[in-house]
Amino acid sequence: MMKPEKRTELQQIARQLRIDSLKLIHNRGAGHPGGTLSAAEILTVLYFHTMKIYPSDPHREDRDKFILSKGHASAGLYFILAKRGFFPAAELEDWGKTDSRHQGHPDRLKTPGVDMTSGILGHGVAIGAGLALAARVRGLSCRTFVLLGDGECQAGVVWEGAATAAKYRLANLTVIVDNNGVQLDGPVCEVLPMEPLADKWAVYGWHTLEVNGHDIEAVAQALETASEVHNKPTVIIARTTKGKGVSFMENQALWHGNVPDEKQLAAAIEELEEVQP
Amino acid sequence: MTEKSMRAAYSEALVELGEKNPKIIALDADTSASTLANAFAQRFPDRFFNTGIAEPCLVDVAVGLALGGLVPFVNAFSALLAVRALEQIRTCVCYANVNVKLAASYAGLSDFKDGATHYAITDIANMRALPGMTVIVPADAAETADWVPLIAGYEGPVFLRINRAGALPVHTPGSTLEIGKGRVLKDGGDLTLIAAGTMAGRCVEAARQLENEGIHARLLEIHTVKPLDSELILQAAEETGAVVTAEEHSIIGGLGSAVAETLSEAHPKPLERVGIRDRFCPTGRCADSLMDACGLAVSDVITASHRVLERKK
Repeated sequence: MMKPEKRTELQQIARQLRIDSLKLIHNRGAGHPGGTLSAAEILTVLYFHTMKIYPSDPHREDRDKFILSKGHASAGLYFILAKRGFFPAAELEDWGKTDSRHQGHPDRLKTPGVDMTSGILGHGVAIGAGLALAARVRGLSCRTFVLLGDGECQAGVVWEGAATAAKYRLANLTVIVDNNGVQLDGPVCEVLPMEPLADKWAVYGWHTLEVNGHDIEAVAQALETASEVHNKPTVIIARTTKGKGVSFMENQALWHGNVPDEKQLAAAIEELEEVQP
Repeated sequence: MTEKSMRAAYSEALVELGEKNPKIIALDADTSASTLANAFAQRFPDRFFNTGIAEPCLVDVAVGLALGGLVPFVNAFSALLAVRALEQIRTCVCYANVNVKLAASYAGLSDFKDGATHYAITDIANMRALPGMTVIVPADAAETADWVPLIAGYEGPVFLRINRAGALPVHTPGSTLEIGKGRVLKDGGDLTLIAAGTMAGRCVEAARQLENEGIHARLLEIHTVKPLDSELILQAAEETGAVVTAEEHSIIGGLGSAVAETLSEAHPKPLERVGIRDRFCPTGRCADSLMDACGLAVSDVITASHRVLERKK
């Protein structure tokens, strides 16, 4: 069980992630609000509770690794990495300028703390499988985490990677699907239905868990449970809401990649600040 | 025509490297009995991973292994790596600058019996266009083996092009090989032949026949198509005034294109390109006769040499 004060602290970080990510996206004039807001609790729990990471020694070999396979949620990742001290948050004010080291999508060569470059969807599971295999070959006890979108699960290479991870029984690999139900062109169930998603992963040989992806404690518990599965990789289907926390963005495909103007940003922040963790 | 195939030489060299370096990993996509990565698999079963018929996954898994501190050699058919897994190679290997070695087997027309689906005649073009990629095209079996430890010791993405069969031997084992440094196989002042891969041996023969006609051809072997040894090429072009390129690849985007780009920007000289002339090639009975039938015969090099000498006048 998580202590109440810890839970409140993580809820506050997740709320700040939402607010700051929208500010970053507004300031840059580009970004992906919907899938950033849906992943707020997942990113927060990973970086402030579950993962063993060392911001002052970001390349330490036995650290846990994270791949933001849904790289368009970069604003959220940048917020969290800055907050964990990988680089000064002030750098993000220049996000999008050609001389900023922080790219539109995560770039491992430029942003400290980014374990793998991403942006084109589908790569995370197979790359994560490779990282997990490397840890096995080298006898390291670290874990690898991958965050996917549910629309992303439409990409074939996701399932190639899933089959490979299952073949090698990569218990040190945990995939989280940000199952927000909406993608660029509309609802996932209309664009290309992927349900029953958990069943699909299960038949591929994965241990599957389903949680409310906005419940800090449930996400933390699922990540803990995954560490106790020793003969197969685990996928956590995190049921989430696209655009979570901003009523006019919630479940709207428009807000997959739309940029809030001044008025919309102010309304969103006001709404997010009303919620008391 | 040769005692050992390039793939067999590669396979032995990979096992030898694996003995010395525990960080060497091999992967394959259900072709290890063809690429001969199976020898590594048998010797080091814990350091070999087979992803099944899934080249995009194969490359991504290798990326993860490299990020995890190992040195993965990706074994697959060049045609599949260069086109089916091109997105993975561009995004996750080159853009992310990950230390993955692509051992691209069955290159060129060397899978003569399987036809155009299996031929890799655009692979050099596909790879050469990617920022950060090093493209190496060995001339024969001995050279292929010598590259294996060299590319493992180089930090960064490498594409090593390996043929199914052998090639006319031009390489002396143990001679100096350096990424990005071409080699002068023969001196001459009348024209320059520039060859990559299996065409090096054929150009040795073409140069010998030209010599009988009183034409003194210089012969450069450009094993590293990227980064290109522009200095050596420009000097030879300047000194001989005419250039013929030869490669087991399309004339579009490969060595011929690379040389043309370099000459055009520095000091243009008459250039003829021997290669596959923008077409899909048929199935053959053996690699050598197929190459002859597809415009890669020794006589094609000689004809191109005569043509370029006419233009030089």
